Amino acid sequence: MMRYLLRRLAHAFLLVIGVSLLAFLFTTLAPGNYFDEMRLNPQIAPETLVALRAQYQLDRPLPVRYASWVNSVLHGEMGFSFAYNTPVAPLLLVRAKNTLLLTVTATLLAWAIALPLGVWSAERLGQLPDRLISWSTAALLVVPDLALALGLLVLTVRTGWFPTGGMVSVDFESLSSLNKIRDLALHMALPVTTLVLSALPLLVRHVRAAVADVLDAPFLLAAEGHGIPRRTLLFRYALPAAANPLVSLFGFSIGALLSGSLLIEVVMSWPGLGPFLLEAILARDIYVVIGGVLFSTIFLAAGNFLADMLLYWVDPRIRTASTSG
Amino acid sequence: MSRPRKVAIWLVVLGVLHGIVLCAGFFAPYDPVEQDRKNPYLPPMRLHFVDTRGQLHLCPFVYPFQLRPGTFDQYLEDTAQPHPLRFFTSGGRYRLFGFLPARLHFFGADNTRIYLLGTDAFGRDQLSRLLFGGQVSLLAGLLGAGFTLLIGWCIGAAAGFYGGWRDDLLMRVAELFLALPWLYLLFAIRAFLPLAVNPLEAFFLIVAVIAAVGWARPARLVRGVVLSVKERDFVCAARGFGASDLYLLKRHILPETSSVLLTQAAILIPQYVLAEMTLSFLGLGVPEPVPSWGNLLSNLQQYSVLVSYWWMYLPALIMVPFFLGYLGLASALQERAETYKIKRRSFGTLP
Repeated sequence: MMRYLLRRLAHAFLLVIGVSLLAFLFTTLAPGNYFDEMRLNPQIAPETLVALRAQYQLDRPLPVRYASWVNSVLHGEMGFSFAYNTPVAPLLLVRAKNTLLLTVTATLLAWAIALPLGVWSAERLGQLPDRLISWSTAALLVVPDLALALGLLVLTVRTGWFPTGGMVSVDFESLSSLNKIRDLALHMALPVTTLVLSALPLLVRHVRAAVADVLDAPFLLAAEGHGIPRRTLLFRYALPAAANPLVSLFGFSIGALLSGSLLIEVVMSWPGLGPFLLEAILARDIYVVIGGVLFSTIFLAAGNFLADMLLYWVDPRIRTASTSG
Repeated sequence: MSRPRKVAIWLVVLGVLHGIVLCAGFFAPYDPVEQDRKNPYLPPMRLHFVDTRGQLHLCPFVYPFQLRPGTFDQYLEDTAQPHPLRFFTSGGRYRLFGFLPARLHFFGADNTRIYLLGTDAFGRDQLSRLLFGGQVSLLAGLLGAGFTLLIGWCIGAAAGFYGGWRDDLLMRVAELFLALPWLYLLFAIRAFLPLAVNPLEAFFLIVAVIAAVGWARPARLVRGVVLSVKERDFVCAARGFGASDLYLLKRHILPETSSVLLTQAAILIPQYVLAEMTLSFLGLGVPEPVPSWGNLLSNLQQYSVLVSYWWMYLPALIMVPFFLGYLGLASALQERAETYKIKRRSFGTLP
């Protein structure tokens, strides 16, 4: 158990380091920096600009900058935002919480819907429920998430079913704690629905394929012969056996939902990483961008790690392989 | 339905769709940047077949809009003067395929301007902008996918063919690119490139950015194919005859990877068109006044547009038939590749 866990952790750690290196390599390709805009301002002396660049170490070579950035990450700062004039980490954390709220909810909800649908579809392979599910996932698949998000937004704005824009109502602070949760849930409804709908078709299709592969296996026939009820058979026997490809899909779905949420946050003005990163890109606030990318990688690596643990728990084949090997 | 025919059908569907966009000048009634300042945010005009007296017309006609009295953005249909559509009519000048000067348009109307998808804030025809915008978005997608496949093929072939530490290094980098959420990656790469650029530079910038994002998956797939092909007898034989590495790659290994590349192309192109749309939508891509499917939608970021002018949303739906076409093509290609593989395997096991 320990060895498996450690290997997975080391893998996640290497991924994060690799991404940060890659991000820094990209910064060297960047023409110009945050202070270039100030060059046009006649009230700022060229010497001030040189001093500013020196202060933020923009004139130093790449390895030096990387080393000092790693140092600041270890001190919990993740570099310095030029635009906000504060360390990046606190700025990011506030937004990242909102993004996580959206992404985690959407991931859990999407899987909670996809698993039963996929299993049901695999059990009725080729029959009416399966066909209905296949057609509806195909229909969802051909609508790009940008169109889906904007469409739902237009619909909601015209009908007023849900509040749009922002995370909470204006009078949020004055509400009782129960009403606060209700208010937040109402505001989350639209972005989460969009995310779930955009992620669902792929998940359902993969669950269906994985379970359908297993359903023909002799051990299931034997289990059926022992008179085990159908539902136990499907969810207790077939699903864990089909879990392996689904777990790697879990990691992928987190990545996809993170990307999706970036766009949907901008479209629906959710105060998460999306609008923040966009603003940082437009301002050339590079450490914020690097911080955002790094944050998404860490979250993704954490999600993958969790999925690996889950697989270890669900699939005895992995357990025996990792203890003997 | 046989498999090759399925591929052909989807190719025809896609060909028609792309053809319409390619001949945007002909199908669009107006120039995409031509403004009609007196008619901002005009709703889509409805095509009528039955007039006010209940008489049926074979040629559809439209009623021009007039302002509802006392308002400034509410329009009413003026049923007093129907304008029939004229097909294959002569209109504004344009250049077909970018060089052939022409005046012939698919449709138009006499003495009035018709807006089948409404107009935007400057009174520009949304339909024309949609068609011309497709040229930008689709070309970005096609070029981006082409470059990605080229990069992916070169890296995958090199990794698979030479193996060893090169393989390890390249595949680790590929894993990095695969692991990152694509939009974050797109943002990160876009963040470090110049922002204020003219439309043409912006276009090539976008192509470069989206090409740099997606090379990892094709590279890994190509590597897998190359790894299996390079051990095959005919490759060993060619090597024994003194064939150079380049010759082996070109003559024996590239053809084997073609089906993987084709399927990847069908998967990547719509994703890349969407990537261009996303970037332009967010204001990081092709700037106004040049239309692209992304910046057509960026109006919707204003709440007032969202509430009052719902037809500005219609261009978003254009991607649906394209997605459908490419999805169908990808699955048809995949099916075909699988049947070929089965055929080859059964042939190989013959005594």
